[in-house]
Amino acid sequence: MSTLASPYRFSDQFYAGARACIPVCISVAAYGLVWGVLARGAGLSLFEVAMMSGLVFAGSAQFVALDLWTATPATLPVGPLVIAALIVNLRYLLLTATLRPLYPDKGLWRGALSMYLVTDENWAMTVGAMARGGGSVAFLLGGGALAWISWMSTNLIGYGLGSAIDDPARWGLDFAFTATFLALLLGMWKGRSDLIPWLVAALAAIVTSHFVDGSWHILVGGLAGSLVGAWIEVRKHVHQS
Amino acid sequence: MFTSPEALTAIVGMALVTIAIKASGLLLADRLPRQGFGAAWLRHIPGAVLAALVAPALVTGSPAEIVAAVATGGVFILSRSLFAAMAAGVATVYLVRLLLVG
Repeated sequence: MSTLASPYRFSDQFYAGARACIPVCISVAAYGLVWGVLARGAGLSLFEVAMMSGLVFAGSAQFVALDLWTATPATLPVGPLVIAALIVNLRYLLLTATLRPLYPDKGLWRGALSMYLVTDENWAMTVGAMARGGGSVAFLLGGGALAWISWMSTNLIGYGLGSAIDDPARWGLDFAFTATFLALLLGMWKGRSDLIPWLVAALAAIVTSHFVDGSWHILVGGLAGSLVGAWIEVRKHVHQS
Repeated sequence: MFTSPEALTAIVGMALVTIAIKASGLLLADRLPRQGFGAAWLRHIPGAVLAALVAPALVTGSPAEIVAAVATGGVFILSRSLFAAMAAGVATVYLVRLLLVG
């Protein structure tokens, strides 16, 4: 694999990536339980739960799918389910684009297959490591593997329990994502030039989440903030030269 | 009930569009120029996406998330530990929500 050229062994980086994702995987597990319970209520079979979590492996898209799911196959809205997954996951275009520097120029198609294991969680940990000069494909995959195991196992447990499980918010576990991502963001601070892009991203996301449900705020905020950041940076270089 | 052709089609379709989008980001990044605007844009995406992920979760109309965000940031700056920062955030949001209800 591509990491042969790096000074690190694949397994070392793989475990380091998995360890780095433990804080966010607590949140993944809490929501995994809830999804499992709701999936049973929505009428999915155990086999369908395992298939969807194993193959689709995208939390927010799977929560949206439960809203659309019907227990009787004849009325199952196949087209809307697929389109909803597409729309909810559009933000991944931004996320995986930033992982490009981890991959060698040759064999990028094989790298594209490894994108299957990219989630918000291991993506965030990996770009955090990249900002400190680290990060590797193995690190990304280690975190992805841990997230996959956390998601799949808690989905199945939640499905098995079936009864009402507490809302993760009651235990503050909904905040585990937010707190970890906030700390990662602070770790990425490089100087005052980050302030305006981050504020633009935050404001655009807040406004979008106010008016539109789903994950649109991530895409809109991410696009707005990064484009403003690039625009400021390029304009500064023109003025200097 | 085991499964149905309709359910299988839906699940496989969802899986295919998801991996297609995830892979497209990586493959499209290859087409971006390595310098100038395209490169600057790619460099600014991680911070912007994280800010966009976090911000709406902090502005909920309740002070609990704001207080917890300050605790998270403070612990992270002092300890440089993500795990400690996460634990501080979760504990703070739990306690403040408890206080606000009670």
